Amino acid sequence: MRKRSNLWWGLGGVVIILYALLPVAWIISLSFKADDQDKQFFPAEFTWDNYKTVFDSGLFTSALRNSIGISLIATVLSVVLATLAAYAIARLEFKGKRLVLSMALGIAMFPTISLVPPLFDMWRSIGLYDTWIGLIIPYMSFTLPLSIWVLSAFFREIPWEMEQAAQVDGATPWQAFRKVIVPLAAPGVFTAAILTFFFAWNDFIFGISLTASDAARPVPAALAFFTGESFFTQPTAAIAAAAVVVTIPVIVLVLFFQRKIVAGLTSGAVKG
Amino acid sequence: MTTTATPAPPAVRRGGASDRARSEQRLAWYLCAPAFVLMLVVTAYPMIQAVWLSLQSYRITDPESREFVWFQNYAVVLSDGLWWRDVAVTVLITIITVVVELIIGFALAMVMHRIIFGRGAVRTSILVPYGIITVVSAFAWQFAFAPDSGFINTLFGLENYDFFAQFGSSIAVICMSEIWKTTPFMSLLLLAGLAQVPEELQEAAKVDGATPWQRLWKVTIPNMKAAIMVALLFRTLDAYRIFDNVFIMTSGAQGTETVSFLAYRQMISRTAVGLGSAVSVLLFLTVVLIAVVFIKLFKVDLGRVRGDG
Repeated sequence: MRKRSNLWWGLGGVVIILYALLPVAWIISLSFKADDQDKQFFPAEFTWDNYKTVFDSGLFTSALRNSIGISLIATVLSVVLATLAAYAIARLEFKGKRLVLSMALGIAMFPTISLVPPLFDMWRSIGLYDTWIGLIIPYMSFTLPLSIWVLSAFFREIPWEMEQAAQVDGATPWQAFRKVIVPLAAPGVFTAAILTFFFAWNDFIFGISLTASDAARPVPAALAFFTGESFFTQPTAAIAAAAVVVTIPVIVLVLFFQRKIVAGLTSGAVKG
Repeated sequence: MTTTATPAPPAVRRGGASDRARSEQRLAWYLCAPAFVLMLVVTAYPMIQAVWLSLQSYRITDPESREFVWFQNYAVVLSDGLWWRDVAVTVLITIITVVVELIIGFALAMVMHRIIFGRGAVRTSILVPYGIITVVSAFAWQFAFAPDSGFINTLFGLENYDFFAQFGSSIAVICMSEIWKTTPFMSLLLLAGLAQVPEELQEAAKVDGATPWQRLWKVTIPNMKAAIMVALLFRTLDAYRIFDNVFIMTSGAQGTETVSFLAYRQMISRTAVGLGSAVSVLLFLTVVLIAVVFIKLFKVDLGRVRGDG
């Protein structure tokens, strides 16, 4: 009886894998089609041309550069600031702790588009429109709340007494912090970094509203405006190829850090 | 001697403790300040700015005619059928996606909770939709359903049926894409909730002769109510802000425009800063309303749920 129910759950697992991967398989298959009017799931004629089109177009390569640069900078800055704040929240008693946490919560619920009109206006008048910094700042403010929660949930689990124990054993406070706390905190910091990177990499609204040219336009916005060789027809297969290229970093991150991502998504969320 | 000595130590201790508490306060604020200030400057300040802009008649293309008009923009928006139609569309999309995601997400969570073989593979693959850019998923679904390039029509023998030519099927495809992309988030939150249901309760119910169905309704679900509520709240707020899928798939054609899209169109395409700001302030207020209803009506304790345990 146990065996039989295991079989059923296993079958459910197969269904989940199909559910998650079929649309991805489809976009990969489309990206290799020589004829984008080919209405089968698998390409009738296989070609690498679409990838060539993608990398020959300056628009897409500059977008890739922008996205990588902007997302990485925003991730590093946001995680550093969030680590400081989360350490204070997990470790210290202070007035205003609830204020910081509820503000973070409020921002996480905020509709992104509501910030577009004022930022559009402000960025244009102070010269941040269509620049890297003009995107990094809003990304940071939206990823900070997520990082602060994930990290403070993580930090709360750290047995801080160990630090004192190390000090009793003769370590200086700094040594105790570096040798005991930092290794324990590192996985949490890392998790927050991955989630932040996903957010920045995924953003579309700021990307299309606060940029106007190759100077700062990130990948999702470039995909939406990608026209390929001809201006009048949508180059379906080439967009598919571009989509596959930008998906690769995400899949790599998922494959490597699966456990951490799950922990990060759920730790702050449901534990009391 | 004794009279002066006895009260002194507590005073010293009290003074020392409050000094320490004060320096702890200061340190805590030094640590929180950068994050706090950034969130304030980039979110709270622009929001006030948005309210200010929304009270003006202001188009970027015509800065000369900028003037203060009080609530005229709100009157224009609220008296326009377009706003209400977009709200209705957004609510429709929100309800469909959240309900379907709850059901599918719960089923997926159950499987992930019970599965023994291939657990890692299942958990890894479910993260793929979560990680993929929404724009990419929107394109994948759009191309799959498109009459000139998609396999769906071939698969179901629909020939040249155009899914994006009418309201109903457009909304259906938009919802499918949204559901595919965000169900993993829902199911991971539910999985964490499932993990907290005490196994002994399940066993006890089994011993008492409860059917699997009864165990699900009487034991599992009541014990993970908090997780369900949080998942619902977060997904509802998120679904209500839907933008990327609509932008890619229909750009608002066939009456599929959502509230976020309306705000974007007023602001960026029409450069009507005043009207666009009014729409985005209204959108923000709706989101606050949804959050308040959830917290009051369903007693979601966010303090317990996120952060301060």
